[in-house]
Amino acid sequence: MKFTLGWLKDHLETDASLGEIVAALTRVGLEVEGVEDPAERLGAFRIARVLTAERHPQADKLQVLSVDAGEGAPLQVVCGAPNARAGLVGVFGAPGTYVPGLDVTLKVAAIRGVESRGMMCSMRELELSDAHEGIIELPADAPVGKSFVEWAELGDPVIDVAITPNRQDCMGVRGIARDLAAAGLGTLKPLDVPVIRTETPSPVAIRTEDPEGCPAFFGRVVTGVKNGPSPDWLAKRLTAVGQRPISALVDITNYMLLDHGRPLHVYDLAKLSGGLVARKARAGEELVALNEKTYKLTPDMTVIADEARVLGIAGIMGGAYSGVTEATTDVLIECAYFAPEAIARAGQALGLASDSRTRFERGVDPDFLGDGLAIATKLVTELCGGQPTEVVEAGEPPASARTLKYDTGLTLKLAGLSVPPDRQRMILSRLGFAVDGGWTVLVPSWRRDVDGVADLVEEIVRIEGIDKIPSTPLPRAEGVAKPTATPAQRIERAARRAAAARGLNEAVTWSFVSEAEAAPFGGGAWTLANPISEELKVMRPSLLPGLIAAAKRNADRGAASIRLFEIGRRYLADGEGATLGVLLAGERTERDWRSGRAVGFDAYDAKAEAVALLAAAGAPVDRLQVMPAVSSVYHPGRSGTLRLGPKTILAEFGELHPATAKAFDLEGPVVAAELFLDAMPQKRDASRTRAAYAPPALQAVRRDFALLMAVDKPADELLRAVRGADKAAITGVKLFDLFSGAGVPEGEKSVAIEVTLQPGDKSFTDAELQAISEKIVAAAAKIGARLRS
Amino acid sequence: MTDLDQLKTDLLGEIATATDLAAIEAIRVRALGKQGAVTGLLKTLGQMTPEERQEQGPRIHGLREAVTAALAAAKTAFEAAALDARLASETLDMSLPVMAGPQGSVHPVSQVMDELAEIFADLGFAVATGPEIEDDWHNFTALNIPETHPARAMHDTFYFPEDKARDGRKMLLRTHTSPVQIRTMTAQEPPIRIIAPGRTYRSDSDATHTPMFHQVEGLVIDRGIHMGHLKWTLETFVKAYFERDDIVLRLRPSYFPFTEPSAEVDVGFTWVNGKRVIGGGGDAEGGGWMEILGSGMVHPKVIAACGLDPEEWQGFAFGCGIDRLAMLKYGMDDLRAFFDGDLRWLRHYGFAALDVPTLSGGVGA
Repeated sequence: MKFTLGWLKDHLETDASLGEIVAALTRVGLEVEGVEDPAERLGAFRIARVLTAERHPQADKLQVLSVDAGEGAPLQVVCGAPNARAGLVGVFGAPGTYVPGLDVTLKVAAIRGVESRGMMCSMRELELSDAHEGIIELPADAPVGKSFVEWAELGDPVIDVAITPNRQDCMGVRGIARDLAAAGLGTLKPLDVPVIRTETPSPVAIRTEDPEGCPAFFGRVVTGVKNGPSPDWLAKRLTAVGQRPISALVDITNYMLLDHGRPLHVYDLAKLSGGLVARKARAGEELVALNEKTYKLTPDMTVIADEARVLGIAGIMGGAYSGVTEATTDVLIECAYFAPEAIARAGQALGLASDSRTRFERGVDPDFLGDGLAIATKLVTELCGGQPTEVVEAGEPPASARTLKYDTGLTLKLAGLSVPPDRQRMILSRLGFAVDGGWTVLVPSWRRDVDGVADLVEEIVRIEGIDKIPSTPLPRAEGVAKPTATPAQRIERAARRAAAARGLNEAVTWSFVSEAEAAPFGGGAWTLANPISEELKVMRPSLLPGLIAAAKRNADRGAASIRLFEIGRRYLADGEGATLGVLLAGERTERDWRSGRAVGFDAYDAKAEAVALLAAAGAPVDRLQVMPAVSSVYHPGRSGTLRLGPKTILAEFGELHPATAKAFDLEGPVVAAELFLDAMPQKRDASRTRAAYAPPALQAVRRDFALLMAVDKPADELLRAVRGADKAAITGVKLFDLFSGAGVPEGEKSVAIEVTLQPGDKSFTDAELQAISEKIVAAAAKIGARLRS
Repeated sequence: MTDLDQLKTDLLGEIATATDLAAIEAIRVRALGKQGAVTGLLKTLGQMTPEERQEQGPRIHGLREAVTAALAAAKTAFEAAALDARLASETLDMSLPVMAGPQGSVHPVSQVMDELAEIFADLGFAVATGPEIEDDWHNFTALNIPETHPARAMHDTFYFPEDKARDGRKMLLRTHTSPVQIRTMTAQEPPIRIIAPGRTYRSDSDATHTPMFHQVEGLVIDRGIHMGHLKWTLETFVKAYFERDDIVLRLRPSYFPFTEPSAEVDVGFTWVNGKRVIGGGGDAEGGGWMEILGSGMVHPKVIAACGLDPEEWQGFAFGCGIDRLAMLKYGMDDLRAFFDGDLRWLRHYGFAALDVPTLSGGVGA
């Protein structure tokens, strides 16, 4: 909300400087977003008289002026303005002055060989208007040497404040003045409410058929008005705060809105047929509003209508049809109270914002209908002439009287600030609250936001000064701070640090993806009703689409090796789960003089990351089973899941299906893994003490076995079978060679394993070793493997 | 000169002039081998009279020892020379580059979240979480933002279609982390001290806003907690986070439907070489204020909505943008880059795996 200092002073009697006022506004909660002070911007320009004007010896269109700027000897100025002449009084900028309209700082310069010490300015050069036909001409008696801005009264600083949604009362200049007065920056001037005398009955009937949406509808007709441009003072004020003056009648409504936060509407009486009614819209009704857009109305919206048509959307925007024009002679001024909730709902449904809606939906002062109408009537008759008729009042505004039982100790209890009761009383009174001897506080009609004692504390604290609240340490528990992370958070942290330590770069990608990106992952369960774009529409069902897209962008930038991970949520129909996604693309090992050619990632790299990160996160990786992948985004033969038992899937990994990679326009093998951290078994909070350390007394024995098995049989089955052959003796089984081809029968593969045998308290005898070997061979045979002869 | 002396001189001379290990070995065999000259002399000792032995023994043994020592010394010298020669032939170009191995990194948002958890853990705050797909009761209504409240419209909310409603509540993407306040207060008895960092969403996208961003919420509910505690907590947090003692904060009265009284908090900054640096400044010359968070005393209606008695329990809440905190501390100037996954950016602004923020080591990495 913008206003000028002069405008503020209409309501506030004050000697405070602009700086003091700006500081106080922010201090009481009316945050100043900007101050524009023309006096500062144009302060250096002075009124000057042209003493003589001679032709420039070198240029036909230039003149050499001798200028009296009020100080010292006359100055020589070269000027190209056609109206420059001896005797003219205008505006002069000396060397060193910044000219905003030209964006230059003046210097002493030679113009076509003649020295020029400054500039006589046009309106456009000072950014006061677009006029540039010649230099500014001031009246002959304008005081030479004086500041131009001061003399022209242009120096009214414009202050822009952010009004929080609770402070409708400060969406008018008077409310701001009241807050400043309460803060000790002056006194609020009494409000002059004119008495409008008339005995002419209203020619128009007004009623409300929608007492919920429009509890009160006051109106007055003024006949015989003459609408035209607003007087200078009004046009200047509106322009200063960024409003475009339209015509006196329209400008008066805008002025009332800004001055008192009171939205009004003015109808051209000639366009009305019959009386006015506030009612619910009827199905199918439409309105072309003042912004020339057509709005479809629904029966839950309140409208203003006459017998023939809908004239306006109540409290939000009037219709184009009944608006006033230069030809208007009789007007009806509407001053109504619309229910804030109804306005908010209608405004949201129509997607229509207006200054009027902003105020009504925050709740205008219900006790200011009659006074507001009187002030507006007086403005109309003053600026446009005409005869007022009697006010018509339909309905009644809601009762505003609200009292609160207040305890002055609350400022200390809630805000930690001790304020003497007398001071509290003074603050509240200055803000318009009535406080009786027993601290029953009557809330003023314009403070709809105050409905509890906490609100009163806020009023007192913000005026007294929130900076006066003393910092008070939070009481702290004895001893060292306790750990506060939950098990789920510890899992995430461990996995994150482990992934970074393994050379992966953590990314944060959007939680929403496009429908096309979600499709290979089974589509998203959650699609936004109002997405910001098609690219950010569906809540990701997996972390991979975001990572693949990021990999693609990196590949396009020339990255040869991409190792990305992200920890975030995937969103499923039944909830959202913590997930770690890994994406590896390009080279695992770059080409190098030692290792030779570059090597790309393969599915085993994805598995390695999955297993390592699960281990870091605390999963029992020894017990994990490898089973086929579930998701179709992976290569069906080069992917898998890691499960704890047949149902709990802790991770999925593999090479991306060529179709998936192609969908993202990513070339070469791309491998990925997803860890479902939400499926991780929760660790029981066991004792910190480890099991006793008991290294075996005797050295382990290692035996190698070369076996043949079906090529499509998972090697893991052999390893598990062998491990189970003698659970006491066998402590490790390692696959160290794998081969198929020449020398191996068709359809089979040769698998070499190393089995670690740990003796207990005495060494194995040859017979024992022989027996264990036989058990191993037998176990292998059960899954169809045999010793290679 | 006796024969013995002559022999010693000859042998030592030969050893001294030998040119390789083979020559040394040949001399050893000739002198000390089974048929060797010195061995032969030693054998003569057995046939000598005690007197002769008394005289000749030390001389012969002396000869043997001198020759043995000279042979050993010569052998060591030849072996050392041979090793030197081999090593010289094995020289590699140690200026050749070695592979660095991939350099991983932690995203600055994660790092800042860890920093916050560390700072607040010391103040006794636990870390709480809540769903990002929320219902409008937790996100708005319980926070004293009824359906027609202008603040609801100001939130630029992402909604899910009507058919996704649960228990008659509209589903949406949480617009702030404040619903975690509600979830915490309805789930656990006071006293409560939590922070809740996480992703939040608003349908807003320009140079300084992204539709997804990160916030951290703070909540304290207890008996006798007032705004002075809020002020101290924020001062302590901001000083610890920016690791500066010259932090100045300014509380400005403001409005949030779920707090009363409410205050926005500005931090003072100082202009340094055309850049704003957090610390000092404020109203001082060459300084200014920058808004960093919103806060206030939890509204009695919010406490009551969570089933607690506002007469007994009161406290404060605050909310702060994590991305912005990261930018202010670590100097990134483009929010959009946070979510692009550009490896160059991630490596530049990211943190090493072992840069775990700790109070003892300093929360900044």
